[in-house]
Amino acid sequence: MALAPAITDLEQLKDRPVVAALLTWNASAVQGAKFDREELSVYIARESIRQACEHLKEAGLVNFLSDLTCADYHPREPRFEVAYHLLSMKRKERVRLKVKLEGGDAAIESITSVWPAAGFFEREVFDLFGIRFLGNPDLRRILMPDDWEGHPLRKDYPVEGYR
Amino acid sequence: MAQATVTPVVDSQEPQEKTMILNMGPQHPSTHGVLRLLLEVDGEHIVRMMPDIGFLHTGIEKTCEAKFYQQVVPLTDRIDYLCPMTNNLCYVLAVEKLLGLEIPPRAVWMRVLLNELQRISSHLVWLGTHAMDIGAMSVFLYCFREREDLLRIYETVSGQRMMTSYFRIGGLAMDPPLGFFEKVKKFLDSFVEKIDEYENLLTGNFIFIDRLKGVAKLSAEDAIALGVTGPALRASGVDWDLRRDMPYCGYENFKFKVPVSQEGDVWARYVCRVEELRQSREIAKQALDGMPSGAFKADAPKVVLPDREKMKTQMEALIYHFKIVTEGFTVPEGEVYQAIESPRGEMGYYIVSDGTAKPQRVHMRSPSYANLQALSTMCEGKLIADVVAAIGSIDIVLGEIDR
Repeated sequence: MALAPAITDLEQLKDRPVVAALLTWNASAVQGAKFDREELSVYIARESIRQACEHLKEAGLVNFLSDLTCADYHPREPRFEVAYHLLSMKRKERVRLKVKLEGGDAAIESITSVWPAAGFFEREVFDLFGIRFLGNPDLRRILMPDDWEGHPLRKDYPVEGYR
Repeated sequence: MAQATVTPVVDSQEPQEKTMILNMGPQHPSTHGVLRLLLEVDGEHIVRMMPDIGFLHTGIEKTCEAKFYQQVVPLTDRIDYLCPMTNNLCYVLAVEKLLGLEIPPRAVWMRVLLNELQRISSHLVWLGTHAMDIGAMSVFLYCFREREDLLRIYETVSGQRMMTSYFRIGGLAMDPPLGFFEKVKKFLDSFVEKIDEYENLLTGNFIFIDRLKGVAKLSAEDAIALGVTGPALRASGVDWDLRRDMPYCGYENFKFKVPVSQEGDVWARYVCRVEELRQSREIAKQALDGMPSGAFKADAPKVVLPDREKMKTQMEALIYHFKIVTEGFTVPEGEVYQAIESPRGEMGYYIVSDGTAKPQRVHMRSPSYANLQALSTMCEGKLIADVVAAIGSIDIVLGEIDR
């Protein structure tokens, strides 16, 4: 089975329900979209992520936050890509919202007001990547000890740790 | 001394401090691992609960980034040690999706068969420990008797009782040995009686019912908002099972029912899981009866290790083997999120590939991690004595929470 090439053109994807809903809601918040390996990703502007989640939830297009995580693409800038995996139990479909973040200003609005489930996930990303989630009611380290220095999952953090 | 003259300052405007902080764990036997709960209590009632996790954090996600794709498989065993093959499956499915690799039917059915056996053995540990927490000691011994049979089956097929690493990218590690299917059949045939036996001990037991009914309720809305999945979600009345609703790994070929309860309490979770034991047995039976013959791994020489025999006789196979072992195999750039229904709920692997032989990022969405968040909602305002029942009912595995 050969891989189908990824569709990265927003024009071709604008008919998909989630993309269409986001475009009619606020076209300037949608920075791009990608359909690769049967999975849809939509790039969202940093300042609109909470509203985008809220809008999709209120429109009934998604209802469940499956996962929230991040990947570090150091030394590229913007180095962080926060990924929100949203699920619609009704349509049986997933969508991934992505937000790019600069290393020097790694802060983003929390979505705990939309899904309380984000609480632990955001704490984990904060702990391991050092991304601040503004509005998270309990933004503390969760997996590492409280007095730990550095954020282990950043690419410039050595695998063996600092000795 | 001067201290004697100090009078305590009491602000009459403020209510008197009534609550105290109680520390439960990390060495508490009912926390199923090393979970620490900070309980703010007012008498016997919990005002606030703050789970404190991370005691088992070993940085598996970071380690994955330093390994070849095929070397990550043994790491995934160690996340959820009660169902290692479920973790293997989720990871290999994600990588196979990245590669666009097609798996032969025999491997697919073997995966389903073993996954359902894993679900049974994981639920048996849950049932035994949960009942023991409540005070029914003997159920534990019954459950571990059957679990032992299952561990022997895993040993037969993979050589290991627990850290099996049996699923590989592209198929299985090896064809199941002679006598394996007979062993599984013998187990499945006798297992219905065993479930009846557990139910005889528990389902009609007044003490057990009294400890579970109406305890640690969770509404469907709360469960969805808090990211709860698996039997805990279905016990709250949400009819959602990834095996049926978003089939993966050939689950669309199997017939089974998804047990759902409406009450959302500990009892409902018990009922759902016990019914899942029966349904898993059904699926395993179907997988066993319809087991196709043929290859057990994909024909992809650049990804899958060649047979031992070929390696000794064919130069090409030897070269591929050498290449895979020393340099790994490259995976086309991209990202995938693969979710499967583990015994505890939605287990998801988010893998980002940058086109090299090592993953750029491996993230495990572990069901227990999200389910644990709901524990506070379940327990706040309730009695301390019910915390133990609530922890048992969400069936957490700390290895998968802390990773």
